[in-house]
Amino acid sequence: MALLEVKNLGISFGGLRAVDNLNMTIEEGSLVGLIGPNGAGKTTAFNLLTGVYQPTDGTISLNGEKIVGKKPAEICQSGIARTFQNIRLFSKMSVKDNVKVALHNQITYRLAESMLHLPGYFKREKEMDERAGDILRVFDLEQFSETLASNLPYGKQRKLEIARALATNPKLLLLDEPAAGMNPNETAELMETIELIRKQFQVTILLIEHDMKLVAGICEYLYVLNFGTELANGTPEEVLNDPRVITAYLGE
Amino acid sequence: MKINKKTIINVIIAVGVYAVVQGLISGGMLSRQMTSLIIPICVYVMMAVSLCLVVGFLGELSLGHAGFMSVGAYSGALFLTHTELPQLPAVLIALLIGGSAAAVFGLIIGVPVLRLKGDYLAIVTLGFGEIIKSIINFMTPITGGAKGLSKIPLYTTYRNFTFVFILTVVVVLLVSNIVRSRHGRAITSIRDNYIAAEAAGIPVSRYKIMTFVIAAFFAGVAGVVYAGNIGILKPVNFDYNTSIEILVMVVLGGMGNIKGSIVAAVILTALPEVLRGAADYRMLLYSIVLIALMLFNNSPIKRAFMDRRNMRQAGRLQKEGE
Repeated sequence: MALLEVKNLGISFGGLRAVDNLNMTIEEGSLVGLIGPNGAGKTTAFNLLTGVYQPTDGTISLNGEKIVGKKPAEICQSGIARTFQNIRLFSKMSVKDNVKVALHNQITYRLAESMLHLPGYFKREKEMDERAGDILRVFDLEQFSETLASNLPYGKQRKLEIARALATNPKLLLLDEPAAGMNPNETAELMETIELIRKQFQVTILLIEHDMKLVAGICEYLYVLNFGTELANGTPEEVLNDPRVITAYLGE
Repeated sequence: MKINKKTIINVIIAVGVYAVVQGLISGGMLSRQMTSLIIPICVYVMMAVSLCLVVGFLGELSLGHAGFMSVGAYSGALFLTHTELPQLPAVLIALLIGGSAAAVFGLIIGVPVLRLKGDYLAIVTLGFGEIIKSIINFMTPITGGAKGLSKIPLYTTYRNFTFVFILTVVVVLLVSNIVRSRHGRAITSIRDNYIAAEAAGIPVSRYKIMTFVIAAFFAGVAGVVYAGNIGILKPVNFDYNTSIEILVMVVLGGMGNIKGSIVAAVILTALPEVLRGAADYRMLLYSIVLIALMLFNNSPIKRAFMDRRNMRQAGRLQKEGE
């Protein structure tokens, strides 16, 4: 059984059909890309998968379990984590606290324990600090633990967002344009990071990206969206040489 | 338990303040005017700190905090006037009743909290506070209506300063403990970016309501202390002016800064009394001081100070040569 199965997924905003009849099958452990021109409905598809929008039709199942109708927080708990196209960090919190927020459902204690700082609080907080430290170390962010997230340079903010998503212990990680605004060096570093987290966290990745070097470099399978509908899918070589895809990007 | 320098300094400050005030009271060195300020200061510290949780950490503007205070004050006072228990258990139970009654109202306001935010929510909370005031006004047989509820036993006056002080410290501790826990981080993450908070698995609705309930509980507790100090309650004491005064304390203290809220509550409660010598110009001076403090809070001097503090935190970032 595939990890993620999307069938006939669609959503209308009034008269606009933003995503129509989208079908995707993502196997566990794979690294899949979702590409398409601007306004094709890629981010809308992510918002459908994470429960930000409710689909007008179609089904989404994660490991066989239907997740349509669940709230974003519940979907996160069932194993889908995401990053955002325009970075959304908890900007006035420290780097470490950003990750610790995402550990909310991993390491828990009760309200009474936090109000009274009972022994359970100290034990669990210590666990949280260690886990957050481990994750930050993978992203080379450990020395910035106490820095405010808004004071991090751009590239590191992107990394922190991925770190935060991974802290929720997802089965499927959705990356929305992880390389946006990065220079070629940073993009190359990002590709390494993605390969690394894939191995280290054993996570399946679906990413939206415009940088074709990155897409061709790391993705194993691609889905192409255009005007909300699926234009093509296949391996990167097949898809990127498909005349329909080239037309969609460059015009006639 | 980890004991760091900050904790020790806080304990020293708390014990020091207590020793000085208690010394002055037992030495009889305070005028009546001064002693009449002691309990209101404690009440407003509790009010400001609890509102700080909503405004500073959850990031929602609430203009009805005095409403929660009145619910606590009236329900606690009604219990105190009818009970025959000895003083200490009576006060403790009254505090619980006052806090719980206010918390119920906090839960009720949770309904609009989930649908509205920002300016819209602020206006709804304003209306909510006024509704509570009106209900109290109408329920004359129980609450005494506009004439007020009188003959409340004076169990929490400056003569019981030790008890009220400990209570205030406990409330401040509980609130700051929440802030530094997973629950507090969840609340703060909603303020910073609620979409990201949801995506990170935080049940946003539950935490929004929870914050209002907790803040309302402590406002109710503060209301009971207020009632036991003043002896007579009138609905006018809890109109939106009071709510706004408390909000001013939180804003002046620097949003999301518990210590700042405490200092602001002390200054703003004491100021009108301290300025009494200026007679006619009292309220004018009060307003001028308020404006000056707000300007300072946003001045380049203070910003430079805060920047330097942030720089020090991010010092390692600089070294890395980014």
